[in-house]
Formats: sequence, C-alpha cells, structure tokens
Amino acid sequence: MASRLILSISKTLLMARLKQSIVAAAGVTFGITMFITLMGFMTGLNSMLDGLILNRTPHIRLYNEVKASEDQPISLSPEYKDHINNIRSIKPRDDGKEIYNGPAIVAALRNDPRVFGVAAKVVAPVFYNVGATDITGSVNGIDVTNEEALFAFSTYVPEGDITDLTNINNSVILGKGLADKMLAEIGDIVPITTARGQQMNLKVVGFYQSGLADVDNITSFASIGTTQKLLGKTDSYLTDIQVKLHDLNLAPALAKEFEAKFGTEAVDIQTANSQFDTGTQIRNIITYSVSIVLLVVAGFGIYNILNMMIYEKMDSIAILKATGFSGNDVRNIFINLSLIIGISGGLLGLGLGFVFQIIIDHLPFETSALPTIKTFPVNYDFKYYLVGIVFALVTTFLAGWFPARKASKIDPVEIIRGK
Amino acid sequence: MSEQIIEAKNISKYFHDPVKVKVLKEVSFSINKGEFVSITGKSGCGKSTLLYILSTMDTDYEGDLYFDGELLRDKKRDQLAHIRNKKIGFVFQFHYLLPEFSVLKNVMLPGLKLAELSAQEVEHNAMEKLRILGIDDQAKKLANQLSGGQKQRVAIARSLINNPLIIMGDEPTGNLDSKNGLIVFDIFKELAAMGQSLLIVTHDQDFADKTDRIIEMDDGKVIKQ
Repeated sequence: MASRLILSISKTLLMARLKQSIVAAAGVTFGITMFITLMGFMTGLNSMLDGLILNRTPHIRLYNEVKASEDQPISLSPEYKDHINNIRSIKPRDDGKEIYNGPAIVAALRNDPRVFGVAAKVVAPVFYNVGATDITGSVNGIDVTNEEALFAFSTYVPEGDITDLTNINNSVILGKGLADKMLAEIGDIVPITTARGQQMNLKVVGFYQSGLADVDNITSFASIGTTQKLLGKTDSYLTDIQVKLHDLNLAPALAKEFEAKFGTEAVDIQTANSQFDTGTQIRNIITYSVSIVLLVVAGFGIYNILNMMIYEKMDSIAILKATGFSGNDVRNIFINLSLIIGISGGLLGLGLGFVFQIIIDHLPFETSALPTIKTFPVNYDFKYYLVGIVFALVTTFLAGWFPARKASKIDPVEIIRGK
Repeated sequence: MSEQIIEAKNISKYFHDPVKVKVLKEVSFSINKGEFVSITGKSGCGKSTLLYILSTMDTDYEGDLYFDGELLRDKKRDQLAHIRNKKIGFVFQFHYLLPEFSVLKNVMLPGLKLAELSAQEVEHNAMEKLRILGIDDQAKKLANQLSGGQKQRVAIARSLINNPLIIMGDEPTGNLDSKNGLIVFDIFKELAAMGQSLLIVTHDQDFADKTDRIIEMDDGKVIKQ
C-alpha cells in the first residue's frame, strides 16, 4: 500500500514534467545505445581479426624435425663410453618428416579430455606442371571432416565443395593464385609431380583463398589418402598432427608434455604466433578502455540530469515532509523516479543498440583477405546487453540516491524559510 | 477538562549563521484542546520560528516540548513525520500545493500516507473537506490552475484530511487580499466552533483580535498571553 503510494507519486512527478523526463531518459538511452553498438562492433572486428589466425592455426602442432638422431650407435656402446667419439657426415634417418606411429598418437590425443579435436595432415612438397614450367609448392593432405570441424576449412573455399575431396578420387582444391597461374577451372585435370619424381593427375574440385597471396600461390589441398598415394606411402604416413584444446592457455604446457610423451616436436600457438598474441592484447585493451570511457561519460550525463531534476523538486520535498512524509518516503520517491527513467531509458537503449548493430551488420565490407566476409562483423553477445542494462540501473540508482539521500535529511523548514 | 495539546517549557533557539543569535528566549506556554490561539508580534520577533518548532519540523532547539502529552525531544525523524502526518495540519503563507497533482490528490496525499483508511474512503473524505470549504467543483483541476484564495482553501482542506488534533497556520492570510483573507478567517472560525484546535501565526492585528487567545511576542520572548 505504502510503496504503491510512493510509486504513484513518483509517476505523477515524472508525468508532470514529461518533456524533462524524456530528456533524462534519452540521456540514458543514448549512453546505452552507444555502448551496445560500439561493443558489438569492436568485439566483432576483434574476433574477426583473431579468427584470421586462430581459426586456421592449431593450438599445438606435432611434427618431426628433419635432423640426425642424437643417439648414434657408438655412444650407446659401453665399450667406448669413456672415449671421445668423433663422427662425421651424419645424415638424418630416411623416415624424413614422418611422425612415427602417427595414427596411434592421433588416437591417444582423441582420448585426452583436455583436447577439443585432432586433425592429422600430410604435407607433400610438389611441382605443379604448367606446360613446360614447373611451379614449386605443396599439397596438404587433410582429414576433411576434422579440418572443417577445427579450422572451418570451407570458409576459405569460396568455390567448390570440400566434401568432393573425399567423395571424388584423386581430387584437389587449388590455391586461388595457383589456379590463376595454371589457368585451371573446376573440373580440369592438373598434373602434379612429387620431389621424388612420381607424377599424378588430380582433378580440380575447388579453389582455396586464405587471403595471403604467398600461401594461395603455392598451396593446394587433397585428402590424406590421395596425398599418401601421391607420395607412395602407406596409410599410416602422417607429417603433422594438429591439436585444438578446450583451453587455449594450456597450449604451452601441453606442448611440452606431448613432446616428451610422443617423442615428436611440438609447437604451441603462443610461441608460433607471439606477435599475434600481443596484437590481441592491445586490441582488447583498446576495447576495454573505450567501453569504460563510454560508460563513465554516459554515467556522468545520467547523474547530471537526474541531479538537476531532483533539485528542481526541492519545494515538493518540503511540502511532502511538512505534511507527514518521512525522509525515507522522500528518498524512495526519488529513487523510484530515477529507476523508472533508468529502466525505460536503458531498455530503449538496448533496443536501439540492437537496431544499430543490425545496421552495421548490413554495411558492406569487402576485402580480398576475407573472401567469405561481405559485411562488417558484429558481435551480438548477450553479455554486453546485460552489462548495459545493469549499468543503466546502477548509475540511475546512484544518480537518484545521492541527491535523494540529501533531500531526505534536510529539515523542510530550511526550504520553506528560504522562500 | 481542558486537555493540553501543546506544552512548551523554556524553548530557546539559536541561529548560527552568520553569528550566533538567540532568536527564542525561554519561551513557555501551553495550548489547550479546542482553543483558537494566535501568535502575534513584529516581523522578526521569532513567531514563525517558534511555529516551526511547535510543528516538529525544526528539531534544533533547547527546552522541552510536549505534544499531546509526549515529549518530542527523543523522537526519531520518522516518528516526528508520523506525528505531523496524523496530528498536525499545516497551512503556510504560500499555499504550498504540489503543482503536479490535482486538487483532490493534493488533499488526499497525507491521508494516503497515513493509510488508516482505504483509498476510496480517503477520497470520499477529501471530497467532503473540499465541499465544506466550497471548492469541491475544482477537485479535478491541477493545483496551479486555481486562484490564490482557492489554493489556500485547498491547503486548509489538506490540513484537515487526517482530522488532526491541531491546525497550525503560518500567516495563512498573509498572501491574500482582504476579501479572501476574510473568507479564510471565517473558515478557521467555523472550524474552531466545531471544536478544532487552531494555532495561527499572524502579524495582522485584526485577525488576532478575533481569536480566543493571543500570544504576543517580541524579540524572542512572550510578552503577553
């Protein structure tokens, strides 16, 4: 009953100065709209830039470095243990880049609870034969299903269907730059020669465009089986095992662990892309500073307007107190008043913010680096809406609470006598 | 029989700004139930200040003040607000209506705050008071659409809404022309005839002469009562 009376008084005070109330609410709306719009836009751009690297980089890559064995037979012999052994012209073993026991490692990694997914790969250095010239490059034999699941492979295949790699025998997806040089169309047969001289004809089923010209000029993709066949290897031949983790930050520790466990080299994403890591951090700092500045500016605006509103109503406060309303009643009236402004302005701000996000999401943004992106990226994360409305409520509450507390304490006489 | 509503014992009051000035000097008097009392004196003699203390709105004073048998000294602000709400009706020199609210709502607010009656009953009572004061036809208007005399009558209706023990007025006719002033005085007179206690501060000697009892003040002291 009492709180309903207080609420109805607040409403009447609001409605009586409707224009002023709307201006106050518009201040809240404006701040929240800008916050939602900019946060969505900035984090959208950020995650797009992060995605450029993150989406196609494994968190941990297991591979074999071509190097001579550390343990030469003579150093294992107890007879010469105390001698100084000089061995010259050591050559690497002939298994080259093959990961020993690759399929077993893949199976073991799949069972690791910290691992999100595993995609094996066979990289084969090749020559693409274009008439009389050869272009050096490489064919990546990929596990299409997992490659798609982990690295959104199809995002970089603007033309053609990636499933054709497994569905069509001896098929290949050519880098866009490479295809232009070879004048190859989808459906064409292109001859490819390995470094060892084996030749094979592959059917073009699509084009790959990463946006990095150096990559697109030399890289092509085939299924693991096709690549193994091209190299003349068995189906256990793997050169790379790409691992994605549930938690990116575990990568350096796990890389060391895997290195010891599986006897391969392992490199984590932080080491492989340290400059990218810095870039992400800087972008995050920029995003957070902008959002904090936005909120602070909006907060001060809201505080100012509400403060003015309440000081204008000092007369009413005195009258209410003289007729028996207590300090708490007066304070609640003004807190109600500011919260109504906060809720209505804040909700409207969320709505408008969403509208602006949609508008930005429809603005054309075309860049050759990102073949699949046609409009500006926007992050519609619910989190920012939550922050927005909580902020609107907290600031309006405080903006109402401070002057209201002051109003609740003054003697009505001081106001009445001041006349 | 004569029950005391207000009993003031040695009330003193200081103003601290800019220098310490004693504006009320050990004022003592009492007001009985059903009395129509006026406080008069020259401008600046402290009569309004005294009224604000009596009305519980000003709590910064020395001495003992009993209202309806209760010592007010140790009451909390909320308790004082409740006393104002239930037992005191206040009429100011300016009408002090809330311009955002209708006349009816202005009269109803203290009753709604007291919450001893339902909203319908409070509204009924408010209309009744407005009818007594002859302004029930203005009930739906906004407070600032009324003339000065009408506003003051609304303020009186508001002071009556909770059937207070006493009505206090601070120069209630001071801002009105003589015709309206007379109307307001007649209303007070009628209320007094119905047994309502009234305490009116005024510098209008004609007004004061027509009340039951005059408390005359000068320089912070009661000089005659």
